[in-house]
Amino acid sequence: MLRPTIGCEVHAELKTATKLFCGCKNEFGGQPNTHCCPVCSGFPGTLPMLNRKAVEFAVKAGLALHCEINRFSKWDRKNYFYPDLPKAWQTSQYDLPLCVGGYVEFTLDGEKKRVRLNRIHLEEDAGKLIHDGGVSRVDYNRCGVPLIEIVTEPDMHSAEEVTAFLAELKSVLKYTGVSDVKMQEGSLRCDVNLSVAADGAPLGTRTETKNLNSFRSVARSIAFETRRQIELLESGGTVEQETRRFDDNRGIGYAMRSKEDAHDYRYFPEPDLMPVVFTDDDITAIKNGIPELKDARCARYAALGLPAYDAEVLTADPEVSDLFDNVVGLGADAKKASNFIMSEVLRLAKNGDEIEIKITAAALAEILGMLAADEINNLAAKSLLADVWGSDASPRKTAEEKGLLQSNDAGAIKEVFDAVIAANKKQAEDFLAGNDKLRGYFVGQVMRAAGGKANPKLINALLDEMKGK
Amino acid sequence: MNGITDMGLCSLIDALDGKKLSATEATRACLDRIKATEDLNNFITVCEDEALKAAAAADARRKSGERGGLLGVPIAVKDNISTRGVKTTCASAFLSDYVPPFDATVVDKLKAAGAVIVGKTNMDEFAMGSTNENSHFSAAHNAADATRVTGGSSGGSANAVAARQVFAALGSDTGGSIRQPASYCGTVGLKPTYSAVSRYGLIAFASSLDQIGPFARTSEDALRVLGTIAGKDSRDSTSTDKLDLPDKLSGKVKGRTFGIADELLSGAASDVKTAFERTVALLEDNGAKIKKVKLGSVDAALAVYYVISSAEAASNLARFDGVKYGRRASGYRDIAELYTLSRTEFFGDEVKRRIMIGNYVLSSGYYDAYYLKASKIRTVIKREFDAALGCCDAILSPTVPTVAPKIGAQVDPAATYLSDVYTVPVNIAGLPAVSVPVGRSADGMPIGVQAIGKAFCDGDLLDTARAIETVTEGCGNA
Repeated sequence: MLRPTIGCEVHAELKTATKLFCGCKNEFGGQPNTHCCPVCSGFPGTLPMLNRKAVEFAVKAGLALHCEINRFSKWDRKNYFYPDLPKAWQTSQYDLPLCVGGYVEFTLDGEKKRVRLNRIHLEEDAGKLIHDGGVSRVDYNRCGVPLIEIVTEPDMHSAEEVTAFLAELKSVLKYTGVSDVKMQEGSLRCDVNLSVAADGAPLGTRTETKNLNSFRSVARSIAFETRRQIELLESGGTVEQETRRFDDNRGIGYAMRSKEDAHDYRYFPEPDLMPVVFTDDDITAIKNGIPELKDARCARYAALGLPAYDAEVLTADPEVSDLFDNVVGLGADAKKASNFIMSEVLRLAKNGDEIEIKITAAALAEILGMLAADEINNLAAKSLLADVWGSDASPRKTAEEKGLLQSNDAGAIKEVFDAVIAANKKQAEDFLAGNDKLRGYFVGQVMRAAGGKANPKLINALLDEMKGK
Repeated sequence: MNGITDMGLCSLIDALDGKKLSATEATRACLDRIKATEDLNNFITVCEDEALKAAAAADARRKSGERGGLLGVPIAVKDNISTRGVKTTCASAFLSDYVPPFDATVVDKLKAAGAVIVGKTNMDEFAMGSTNENSHFSAAHNAADATRVTGGSSGGSANAVAARQVFAALGSDTGGSIRQPASYCGTVGLKPTYSAVSRYGLIAFASSLDQIGPFARTSEDALRVLGTIAGKDSRDSTSTDKLDLPDKLSGKVKGRTFGIADELLSGAASDVKTAFERTVALLEDNGAKIKKVKLGSVDAALAVYYVISSAEAASNLARFDGVKYGRRASGYRDIAELYTLSRTEFFGDEVKRRIMIGNYVLSSGYYDAYYLKASKIRTVIKREFDAALGCCDAILSPTVPTVAPKIGAQVDPAATYLSDVYTVPVNIAGLPAVSVPVGRSADGMPIGVQAIGKAFCDGDLLDTARAIETVTEGCGNA
């Protein structure tokens, strides 16, 4: 039985304020060629100046991923011609990367799984080519944006493992605050190296599918490539070592270049940059700057009395976890906040592979506060959340305007209640005789008569009282 | 000859400060002399309007009481050093229309010091060559004999100073490109310690070897220019701030020790050898100690140089692809053809030769045998120089084995490479070295002596140059 063996190269753009070797803004989008200067557009005579922040971010990522940090690392030129690379070389790291080793650990189908990392190095991103009706244009805005390349060992054997690995990696990178890890904006991209072989046999010839930019396309390309290689081998063919692409629209992979056509990058040490040297104190200082990571947060949530499941869901994304922490900090009950965030907030926040929180902790705490004080009911809380999502409207004001506040005026409710009972004598008798199914009927009737604003707890209390409980 | 342009740089500054002369007059005199001797072909671009404007500004600054620096001094800049708004061609067809949008750091510093940039000088294309004949704008002619080369690659800068067209000039030196033409033309030419002068804006040939330095008529004048351009630069992370330059040179000979290495003497022509030995004898007569030193590995320096410099050049020049700046060939059908046609049409033969060597030595399967091995020998050569300089103040040698050859006489590129045999090891070791004129050959061609100093002791090295000038003053033909 042939099974795939998979290793990944993941590129993550670092969210430094400026680019890796010049002072240009590191910002997604913008009019083409507006975030560039003579240095990042490769003008003759220009020289790179290293952005120390980018190095710090890369090391932070390395430490969070359990890597060894090289005390001495250097820069190399990776030479190739392409119009999106204005210097005709990419400044990268060849034999002495910033970080070596490390691993990513995650749970899949209830089992702990560890994917070993080979290395993490820092390099610059290239520009973007825009092809348009026989004409190609180039945008250098992305040129020189700092990028870490995370290389795994071939430790994975299914699309599920790879996507779980990527999700966990993404989460760690987001936690450390070094990258936005937005796949659709290209700040996280994945190359997949895949070969197939019988279990226990030596690894087969691998292919590399480059530049996958969603979990879905990673999973689909793995399924496609696994099937292709197995069919090829089973029909007596051989797998060629090659670089491939995956066409998301058609759902098929295709060869880009063969081994014979592979670039000879002619790496050599970059003479324009000094090596990067760290002392143990430097590393400690960077380590101390890493924010509280997932495991620590999970432990803290367990101490708050949250179930393990809640802790796992809340900490999958640091923005969600931060929101939870802040809401609880503002006085919300932990379990109630957790329930509301897991069910209601996450439903609104999920956008493809990304989480986009569009409510402040203060606003969410206000909604939860109103809910706890019985000023609104659950249904109203949901609708209120949707109303203020993505706006800066005040929840209370919105609830008032939309008439979502419920009445806690016991006297008024009693009046309505009595009227409903009087109008439904038969049902009242049945209810008193033990037909508890009618409880819902009465709550609904009273609610309707009260214009939907009566606190259902008070109605229930009246029903109980009538029953003589 | 024109009286104003015959002055040395320091004398000119005295005259300007003493109001005997205005910067505008000095600049006008230089521009006139450039025009009168334009057959020398030292300039690719003469910036008359900008120069006169800068001179007027310098005069105004001096009027308001400002002194010092290079206020009002007409100076030339090699055409591989970026000048904002002024063509910077590297003497290549590829960049024949290229106008940089920024100034090199050295140009910034010259301007801040009040220097008047009168033009951009001729050179070998992308600084690759030893005769200035590899120029898209054709060779410069030696002012001492117009049938002879100026040397290279900074031929235009050396010759412009020798021909009294400017008071000083900037060149760049990767394997001897300042010192060799200084020797051929009869000027002082200093290659500072690697990293002493910012390379920002210097269009790179071989980044780990390139260094900008001054040409001037005397060591004192060279010191003045070096003091202006040296220092750490926030735009060049390899630059340093380690020079400790004196205000004045003493030129003292007594008590100084100079090293002589046989390895840096072999192959010298007899008149060059005679002039060199005469210089050494004069230094000894005036109280210097002369010591033999050993540089056992320098015979490998030329090979190391052509491996490393070509590798870096192949990478540095890959950006000239017809896509962005510079020229683009016509008739291409796809991107690969755009590259090929542009690079085929606009690079000269020597540049293509180096690019091919460079890509070869870096290619997979050859890297270890060439680039890696060369890097290792580089370390050995550095150590040998450090050891030799541990027991003397400077090492002396002829700058070049011969005087300037006739234009068109050099046909074998490998033979031309040999003219750099004494200068190349210095770049490999990253050390400072200066060429000082010490007399002339029987047929009247200038001969230079090279002094190699300790790293970052460029000031002390110029003091050695001053000593050589002092003892050889009035020396005639060898």
